Amino acid sequence: MTRTFALDRRAFLATGAAGIFSLTWSVPMPAKAAASAETGNAVGIWAVIHPDDTVVVRIARTEMGQGTMTGLAQLVADELDADWKHVRAEYVPPHENQANRRAWGDMSTGGSRGIRASVDYVRKGGASARAMLIQVAAARWNVPAQDCTAAASVVTHKPTGRTCRYGELAAEAAALPVPADVTVKKPSEWVIIGRGVKRLDTAPKLAGQLKFAIDIQVPGMLNATVMQCPVFGGKLKSFDEKAALAMPGVRHVFAIDDQTVAVVADKFYQAKQALLAMPIEWDEGANAKVTSATIAAHLTEGLGANDAVTGMKQGDAKAALAKAARVVTADYATPFLNHATLEPMNATALYTKQSGGDIIEVWAPTQNGDATLAAAADAAGLPLSAVRVNKTILGGGFGRRGQQDYVRQAVLIAKQLPGIPVKMIWTREEDMRHGYYRPITMARMTGGLDEHGNLTSLHARISGQSILAYLAPNRPAGSIDMVQFQGWIASEFGYMAIPDILVDHAVRNTHVPVGFWRGVNTNQNTIYMECFIDELAHAAGRDPLDFRRAIMGKNPKHLAVLNAVAEKARWDSPLPKGVYRGICQNCGFGSYVAAVAEVSVSEKGELKILRIVAATDPGYAVNPDQIDAQVAGSFVYGLSALLTSENTVENGRIAEGNFDNYEVMRLAQMPKVETVIVPSGGFWGGVGEPTIAVAAPAVLNAIFAATGKRIRTMPLKHHDLSHA
Amino acid sequence: MVSLSINGQTHRLDIDPETPLLWVIREWIGLTGTKYGCGIAQCGACSVHIDGVVQRSCSIPASSVEGMKITTIEGLSDTGTHPVQVAWLAHEVPQCGYCQSGQIMAAAALLAEKPKPTDADIDEAMTNICRCGTYGRIRAAIHTAANAGKA
Repeated sequence: MTRTFALDRRAFLATGAAGIFSLTWSVPMPAKAAASAETGNAVGIWAVIHPDDTVVVRIARTEMGQGTMTGLAQLVADELDADWKHVRAEYVPPHENQANRRAWGDMSTGGSRGIRASVDYVRKGGASARAMLIQVAAARWNVPAQDCTAAASVVTHKPTGRTCRYGELAAEAAALPVPADVTVKKPSEWVIIGRGVKRLDTAPKLAGQLKFAIDIQVPGMLNATVMQCPVFGGKLKSFDEKAALAMPGVRHVFAIDDQTVAVVADKFYQAKQALLAMPIEWDEGANAKVTSATIAAHLTEGLGANDAVTGMKQGDAKAALAKAARVVTADYATPFLNHATLEPMNATALYTKQSGGDIIEVWAPTQNGDATLAAAADAAGLPLSAVRVNKTILGGGFGRRGQQDYVRQAVLIAKQLPGIPVKMIWTREEDMRHGYYRPITMARMTGGLDEHGNLTSLHARISGQSILAYLAPNRPAGSIDMVQFQGWIASEFGYMAIPDILVDHAVRNTHVPVGFWRGVNTNQNTIYMECFIDELAHAAGRDPLDFRRAIMGKNPKHLAVLNAVAEKARWDSPLPKGVYRGICQNCGFGSYVAAVAEVSVSEKGELKILRIVAATDPGYAVNPDQIDAQVAGSFVYGLSALLTSENTVENGRIAEGNFDNYEVMRLAQMPKVETVIVPSGGFWGGVGEPTIAVAAPAVLNAIFAATGKRIRTMPLKHHDLSHA
Repeated sequence: MVSLSINGQTHRLDIDPETPLLWVIREWIGLTGTKYGCGIAQCGACSVHIDGVVQRSCSIPASSVEGMKITTIEGLSDTGTHPVQVAWLAHEVPQCGYCQSGQIMAAAALLAEKPKPTDADIDEAMTNICRCGTYGRIRAAIHTAANAGKA
């Protein structure tokens, strides 16, 4: 393969390490020589080995707190038999991937796929590099390669005990062809995979040294902020820039498209003040009449409508329900939710006019480097080869930064100011009101019990907004949005022993943009399913755990995790007076999860979540300590949504603007979370998202146990939990 | 002209005196460890110490803190070895890390005031938002830092 990346990587290291950005660069040229000793030697494409034995693992996915940079480095380093003490990680820049026919594969980082979708090729990359290093050592010693072994970045010739360090072999190894066929280790041979090693990115986060995208400083840089029409779909009508231009530091005021106005100033604070002071007229259009009430009516109609698409069907649920000894039904609803990453949307761009073709450089907090590159090219009107993208570590992603709207805006601003780097930052209010929200849905759940209280039929009707209908409007006609059915497809649903099952979806879209919100539709669907199962168990007069077990005969992995959580939480043991339990389970993003919540609710209705036990079977556990961190954090995300967070629509726009009315969980509300990892082996599941889905239903079921109240609409802050 | 003492250095700045301290720190001084999260003193990402008291710099006019001693995350410790930072590292508190400057400043101020805080003290003092959900480790790390006895 070509070695264009060697030159590029050096540039990236310079910028990343020193925080000084080269403002001139050329489209990558094929480099004849391997990377210099100064920057190390690329042995294959996944590992760069320095003379001092430092191993730099190259990471294509994005780090946003979930630990993927460390986990992926563990996978490569283990197969490479690297000395973990001297392993570091760095991003592969998207333009380098682009220039090398996407040799590093998919950069998109979402769906808890970081590990599970990369695991095969990055491990092979590590194993290939190991084989190349051994090949060099064997040639030097003039011995067969199979007589050599490697461990902790040292190759050893077994018969003689001669050794050679990786740092001494790397330059020669880098010149070898990458072997096509390598065998990866068996799990029993892992020495780094499966260990709770320390993250590689912690230290700079403790002293304010890590540069997030919002912190980027480029010499000569101006700062910008934007306002988009607050009503989705509305247009920019007019604005009076005179007052804004008279304010301190303001340099430029202009529209960047038909719905967005930008102010560019010396400082972001000045741009923000000017934008807020500027008279702007919007053509809000017909959507200005939409409210949360009109949306609720639209979705409610879908609960009983005939135009639903089927996601899962087993037997004939409608016929079975008609014959059931007892039918239980309940309607549930969940609101729109903003991702609310703590670092607001922002990006920096520099458009450079030059002979031989203009170029654009972007610094972006992106969950998808490839998409950022494409969006920047499109917005700049330049070929992909004229784009350079510098990725940062993200101040939260949660799915929001897979979208490239903010990148496009930064490029459109920079294109109007060639030669001047511009950092665009959204205010929190802009961020809150222009998200890609978790879609609003409702569900009508119907279950049929036989005369013994066994669940024999189930119909789950979802009504609500389709993510793919919004994000991929040009899908073939008749396409079913299977994302809507997360947890409710045969490979994920845990109750396949129910004889007759129907899950269908009445698509009821709104004008509000929707997207992938950490955990996506597993969040809503698991509330609907697992709270309703609890309702059915209660109706049948059965213990909620036993009731579930009775319909899990075809799903041993789900059952094993449910049993693990029940055992850790000691489900059958008595609780202190006033403490109550709830239980639930789900399968999502390739992993099996279950949770037990312990709560108390005072007579006045004050809820305390005392303890969470959360079990996960991710197949293989790459870093148990980071799984623990992800699981604990997932409960904060899921319980914020349960307790207080919601976005409502007034006059076509999102009513909430900031954390004063979009409330999220704080430390005082944080329950103790006990993570149980039960890796059963044989598969690789995600861990960033699956347990969010079990947070709310476990607590809601415990609240029912405590109060006798079924809460079926979120968030809880609207409900009175007082009880006698 | 506004004169500010930040991390032991005096800065004389020709700025609008109403400019929030956060933006002076980030954009005029160039210290970016202090973060913008909300601008309305809700999230605490902008927390700094002003005469030893933790405050949310996004909602404090620069002119109101003239003559006061302002400490940012960069000035908490020359070596990054404040007991809170040491405990944070031991517990691997950060996930994305964006809120952590503010969390660390809040924890350091708490320990300065109450060297052995109870869980209730921590609940009351640690009101900064973390969207990744590191709260459990924050609590544990504060207890560790307290037990290190140097805070």
